[in-house]
Amino acid sequence: MKALLIGESKQGKIEDSTYELVGFAKQFGMESAMFIVAKSDSQIAYDGKVYLADSDKYKEYNPDAHKKLIEEAINKENPDYIIFSHSSYGWDMAFRVAADLKVAPISEVVDYKDGTFVVPCCNSKFRREVKPKTDKAVLTLQGGAFNPVIEGTPQVETLDIGDVEPSVEFIDYEVQEKTGVDLTKAEVIVSVGRGVGKKENIEFEKELAETLGGELGASRPVVDAEWLDQSHQVGTTGQTVAPKLYIACGISGAIQHLAGMKKSGFVVAINKDKDAPIGEVADVFVVADVNEFVPILTKKLKSA
Amino acid sequence: MKILVCVKQVPDMESKFKIDSSSKWYDQSDLVYKINEYDEYAAEEAVRLKEKVSGSELTVLSIGPERVKDAIRKVLAMGADKGIHILDNEEHLKDPFQKASAIAEYAKSENFDIIFTGLQSQDRGSAQLAPLLAGMLNYSFVSTVVAFENKEGYVEVARELEGGLRAKVKVKLPAVVACQLGLNTPRYPTLPNIMKAKRKELKTVNIEELLKVEPLIETEKVYFPERKAGGIVLEGKADEMADELIKILKEKTQVVK
Ligand SMILES: Cc1cc2nc3c(=O)[nH]c(=O)nc-3n(C[C@H](O)[C@H](O)[C@H](O)COP(=O)(O)OP(=O)(O)OC[C@H]3O[C@@H](n4cnc5c(N)ncnc54)[C@H](O)[C@@H]3O)c2cc1C
Repeated sequence: MKALLIGESKQGKIEDSTYELVGFAKQFGMESAMFIVAKSDSQIAYDGKVYLADSDKYKEYNPDAHKKLIEEAINKENPDYIIFSHSSYGWDMAFRVAADLKVAPISEVVDYKDGTFVVPCCNSKFRREVKPKTDKAVLTLQGGAFNPVIEGTPQVETLDIGDVEPSVEFIDYEVQEKTGVDLTKAEVIVSVGRGVGKKENIEFEKELAETLGGELGASRPVVDAEWLDQSHQVGTTGQTVAPKLYIACGISGAIQHLAGMKKSGFVVAINKDKDAPIGEVADVFVVADVNEFVPILTKKLKSA
Repeated sequence: MKILVCVKQVPDMESKFKIDSSSKWYDQSDLVYKINEYDEYAAEEAVRLKEKVSGSELTVLSIGPERVKDAIRKVLAMGADKGIHILDNEEHLKDPFQKASAIAEYAKSENFDIIFTGLQSQDRGSAQLAPLLAGMLNYSFVSTVVAFENKEGYVEVARELEGGLRAKVKVKLPAVVACQLGLNTPRYPTLPNIMKAKRKELKTVNIEELLKVEPLIETEKVYFPERKAGGIVLEGKADEMADELIKILKEKTQVVK
């Protein structure tokens, strides 16, 4: 099997996820080459061929040009699998390429065995095994599912396809300023999910966090509903945390949330649904109504 | 402007799921269905655009069995003008490529200026439909949209990237726009609007009329993942579980003494 790995660079830096693609290819004994749009003097730690297109010319986000460039690399390599990260870049680019080439698109791969791919479904309640029906396949790999391999010196070939008229034009990055809590230093995080029901109920988790000397975290819907500000959000689009104790209150455990907290030392989940996928990472799973259980727990901790 | 919004009906993710007898999907009986969360943001943005640009027409489309009419009606009550129901009792067995091609088949003669979808569905979660559809129609495409503004002849959006970073992007029309959570605050339809929606046009088309392609992927099986090895499950009275949990935390962590 031969893989073309589609790396990413953002704000001039090679994304760590790029090396997870390399890890995937290595883990399953695939031959590989890489394609990336990046600065022409980028240092890429990879033992193989890299097709590099200059990001000064093609921008870090310019889907029309990137698609053409990727297809150029596909022509040169004739890979079985064209592999992206399941990231904002990956899911924007990957399936345009799949649509163009009419090859099987497979999203969010977490495992692979003998031509079959394992992907999550229903907010990761289930796993699904899927098989491409075409010779080639376009894959996106879930972040954190495969160990990165960062080694070697590549043979770089520069790709240039002239100018491409863009239908989508990158204007600029907007960096959101970081204010509020820094969860990365917290030893204990009590995290609030949509399961608490309403904003007022967060008082229970706040009191628990205070009792344990910890900070308040949140899942994304809690932030989207403006129950807590963005600095509390844990996950791929929030903070990545690794406290000694993480208590997930009414959080289902979607992949994007798990990605931000699965390195926690000890995980307690409080959820009324015993099948909630947070169970995959929970050391203790308390099957309970969070609004009933948390106040009782806090009271007992206080008097202990 | 001619606007289309595609919505999917999905089970409430808190439902008790069972695997069906074919082991290829979840059992669809005894589930409570609602509009895919991501699509609610798409619907709201579509309605806002329609309200802003006078003379616009907004169509809402959904593929699935009879029950998906509820999802269509809800978007009609939010403010869409008419609905298209692509009737397919086996929607769950189609792959995103097939669904995208059915929508493309319908949309190609309609000349929509802009098509809104959610970024992904809560059940399949592949995030493939929108980019495949854009590719088939040869439309511009942009995903993970968290801010949207209509300009003269193009739209300006913010894409959400990882770790608190966003990218401002200019998109030529016609375009497919895949909406991310938090883009706006979806409205609740009012009772008068729910009543009005019942009188709006809702046309049904059979999937066979639109679907001309074979799937590109095949699902072999669906199953529950394994829990964390050694994970403890506590069930029963809250009071007793709290005592037990405190005991475990004292043993296993240094944070509770
Ligand atoms: C690109 C992208 C990026 C994302 N980034 C993030 C991110 O950074 N962080 C993040 O968190 N999410 C992120 N998400 C969203 C993610 O997919 C989930 O939608 C989200 O994590 C769900 O939040 P939740 O668990 O609070 O809500 P739900 O999934 O709605 O879960 C609520 C849970 O509460 C339980 N519950 C309900 N009532 C009670 C009760 N009374 N007592 C006990 N339990 C109860 C339910 O059983 C359920 O398990 C992202 C999604 C995408 C597509």
